[in-house]
Amino acid sequence: MLKRVVIASFATLTLAACGEPEPVVKGAAPMLRLHTEAQYRNAIADVFGTQVVVGGSFDPLIRTNGLLTVGSAAGAITPAGLEQYDRRARTIAAQVVSEVNRDVLIPCTPADAKRADAACAAEFFSRVGKFLYRRPLTDLELKTPVTVAGEIAATTGSFYSGISAGLSGMLVSPAFLFAIETTETDSGGKPRLDAYSKASRLSFLLWNSGPDEPLMAAAESGAIHTDKAVAAQVDRMLTSPKVEAGLRAFFNDMLAFDEFAKIEKDSIIYPSFSLAVAEDSREQTLRTILDVVFTNNGDYRDIFTTRKTFMSGPLGRIYRIPVDRPDGGWMPYEFPENDPRAGLLTHVSFAALYSHPGRSSPTIRGRAIRESLLCQRVPDPPGDVDFSLFNDPNSPNKTARDRLTAHSVEPACAGCHKLTDPVGLAMEQIDGAGQYRTEESGVTIDPSGDLDGVAYTDAKGLGVAMSRNPAVPACVVNRLYSYATNKAPERDERDFMAYLEKDFADNGYRLTRLLRTIATSNALFTVTPAPQQTAAVTN
Amino acid sequence: MTFHIRRAPPRRSVLRGAVNGIAVGFTLPFLDCFLTDNGTAEAATGRPLPVRFGTWYWGLGHTPNHAVKTKNQTGEGIEFLTECEPLKKHMHRLNHYSGFNMPLDGRSNYTHFTGWVASRTGSAPGSNFEIPAPTIDLLIADQIGTRQRFLTIDASSCGIARENYSARSTNNRAAAEISPLNLYARLFGAEFVDPNMADFKPDPQVLVRKSVLTAFNDQSKALATKIGSADKARLDEYFTSIRQIEQQLDLQMQQPEPNMACSVPASPAPDGAEQNMPMGLEVETVVTNHKIMSKMLAMAVACNQTNVVNMVFSDNFSHMRRPGQTYTHHLLTHEETWDKDLGYQPVAFWFNCRTMQALATYIETFDAIKEGNGTLLDNMLIYAVTETNYARVHSIDGVPAYTIGTAGGRLKTGMHVVGNGDPITRIGLTLMQTMGLSLDKWGTKSLQTSKPISEILV
Repeated sequence: MLKRVVIASFATLTLAACGEPEPVVKGAAPMLRLHTEAQYRNAIADVFGTQVVVGGSFDPLIRTNGLLTVGSAAGAITPAGLEQYDRRARTIAAQVVSEVNRDVLIPCTPADAKRADAACAAEFFSRVGKFLYRRPLTDLELKTPVTVAGEIAATTGSFYSGISAGLSGMLVSPAFLFAIETTETDSGGKPRLDAYSKASRLSFLLWNSGPDEPLMAAAESGAIHTDKAVAAQVDRMLTSPKVEAGLRAFFNDMLAFDEFAKIEKDSIIYPSFSLAVAEDSREQTLRTILDVVFTNNGDYRDIFTTRKTFMSGPLGRIYRIPVDRPDGGWMPYEFPENDPRAGLLTHVSFAALYSHPGRSSPTIRGRAIRESLLCQRVPDPPGDVDFSLFNDPNSPNKTARDRLTAHSVEPACAGCHKLTDPVGLAMEQIDGAGQYRTEESGVTIDPSGDLDGVAYTDAKGLGVAMSRNPAVPACVVNRLYSYATNKAPERDERDFMAYLEKDFADNGYRLTRLLRTIATSNALFTVTPAPQQTAAVTN
Repeated sequence: MTFHIRRAPPRRSVLRGAVNGIAVGFTLPFLDCFLTDNGTAEAATGRPLPVRFGTWYWGLGHTPNHAVKTKNQTGEGIEFLTECEPLKKHMHRLNHYSGFNMPLDGRSNYTHFTGWVASRTGSAPGSNFEIPAPTIDLLIADQIGTRQRFLTIDASSCGIARENYSARSTNNRAAAEISPLNLYARLFGAEFVDPNMADFKPDPQVLVRKSVLTAFNDQSKALATKIGSADKARLDEYFTSIRQIEQQLDLQMQQPEPNMACSVPASPAPDGAEQNMPMGLEVETVVTNHKIMSKMLAMAVACNQTNVVNMVFSDNFSHMRRPGQTYTHHLLTHEETWDKDLGYQPVAFWFNCRTMQALATYIETFDAIKEGNGTLLDNMLIYAVTETNYARVHSIDGVPAYTIGTAGGRLKTGMHVVGNGDPITRIGLTLMQTMGLSLDKWGTKSLQTSKPISEILV
């Protein structure tokens, strides 16, 4: 309820605060975008419920402009990947028609379960098809599963086998696996996204999932082409619990938390670290971020300084904090004021994910901070590095700072390491598993440094420096707009990005405000037609 | 153009009919499209045996001067040193390649990436993620693998699914199978048809699947008219994938070609032990999973499930580690103290030795399966290549490579082939021509070559 109140009053404020006109952008061609694994899972959960299990693996996507979601715009389906989609589709379809689920998930009962029933099949496929394809089915798209269901029912003697076959076909159709945007011309003869493509852009931005019934209705009526209707839909959608899932998906992508799938720690060096710790550390950070930016509608920059977080039993062992939750759940927790931890850079998640299996890595951590949180590009290491200083048996280097200082005298390395190491070294008091320490190899760790001229004494101080760095809010603006449009901002969008950054700053760096500004912008929906589509419209 | 293929029209026959009233069309069995020239025949059928292809990948190259003794010119005999000791007994089954370079025409050497991309695609990447052309295994699979249940099978023992060095393009790269259990289920699970079974009966469910895919495929083609040309190419890739699955299903409707070499392996985990099968980068876990997966890949070939198998032992950065050690294999190559007396970094060297033991295991696994008058390895050609020559300094010139097997008697073995600075694509071109591809050159820019390695051809 609190969230709804916050969002609603915020929406009112937004409408009242209309100021500068929105800069015009050129737009890009409509896209064919492969749904991410999370979007696929959300679609199945939305249509059939979370009791339907989605298994198997998905082909990897290329992280582009810091986001897998942007990479998904170039995603393709390999034969091995399609094999997985096909197997997954059959498994899902079998669950939907199972005796346990059919009465709930199929809206009609066949006259005879041993025979085909075209009317019932059509009712089912038209209903689920609309949400799977995120638009009404064409006649052919409805006829195909109904025909398949009829033929299979006739040969197998089971209406439900037919439904299962037809549904599995829909679930491997490109209309389901890809978001396929199409354009039309508006009354002024200009290209625009069609209503359903527009609805999908909104819902994937806000919910990381397909449109719901009211949004579909706004598309069906054409109301979605008015600014007023878009604003109304956005405000409605921002009060939905699905927004939390949408924001989670965004931060999961921005922080590259998909990498948790392959995190590995040495059990001898870090006996307290476990799979449960890895999973809970990711969840802790996402909960903390959402608590700041969503539940409390606070300043985005506070995620780097907040002492408030959440704690679970497995995490308590790493943080060395007693967690009295026999149910295995979460409890709110606030680090004491004098605690060396505050903000996401001191969380187990960030420290452990950006480390080696058996040791920390200031360079990897520094690169993650620069690239994921400041949107700065760190060049790839050169191919001809001289590591002789490292290989010197008489080296006195005992700490990471010693080693990296030695490394930085190599001219080919110095440029990049100056970017990564000072910020990465600030986190050295947190080891590769996220545990606090003060020494390495018997030598006291020096976590001090400076970020773009702002000095700090430790990771907590780095968090403060981050919260004051103008690149931090600019980065989240860049990433959220990329996430919304599935592409990196173009040169012609600089003014629009500046407009977003100013709006974000003027409104206290409220992320929900930024989300709303993007969702209600003309820029989100501006497109240029694909060449062939221009021809089609002209004809 | 990266390559030129002159391919004969597909010789496929189509059987049309109906099962349980459902219309169907599927290809007739045809497995003799690529058979050995040396007269090796399957005892049960008298038919010549097909030649199959594979790749084997390991990360971080060799330790210079401690793996294979340098030679100045191509010739018989390979002098394996300590790191490659496990390969000594297999010298007559393989060739070693040294001195082949990767000219980049001014492009960067993207560390641990450029090397594998250039050797497998014939082109240097323009970024640290670009895959500018299809990898060699897929070019060969398109020639010899389309009549098998799987075009290729890609497995990785290092637990990282995306570290699969087989791809059509940057964005068309499948995940590798990293779980022995999943690999087993995919190969030998419910959909597997034993080629030696006496009473084959087509599974009606297979026909149902084919019917569904075909119906939806026809319907989906209308979508192609709604999108731009750039996206159409990706939709075409989808339709290509659909066709490959349809072909798989066609094959499952037929009596598989018998092969007495096929012996269906047992599940890698006994009942109830699934949760106890570790995966990950701890080196002994990698070695164990590699051994299990190698057996499955070899038997997948012997059981006519695929003609092309790709195995990744360790990833291109080799994140393998030993329990209790803070340094991974990769970190060791850069940061481990250089032992002046030994002349190398001892622990990094240990990892390299362990890797070559794994390669020997892979060879032995294929060589242990009797096929025709010899072994499965006689009818294989496996390309084993890494991404660096000397990982400590990321050098990519002189990247070591091996070919294993004679491709049914077409290649000489026991040779040390010296490149003298020629592009590494000469190896790939030779392999593709050996596998029957009618191409006269391969690669782009300075990596392009039209010179196969004639010294190893029979």
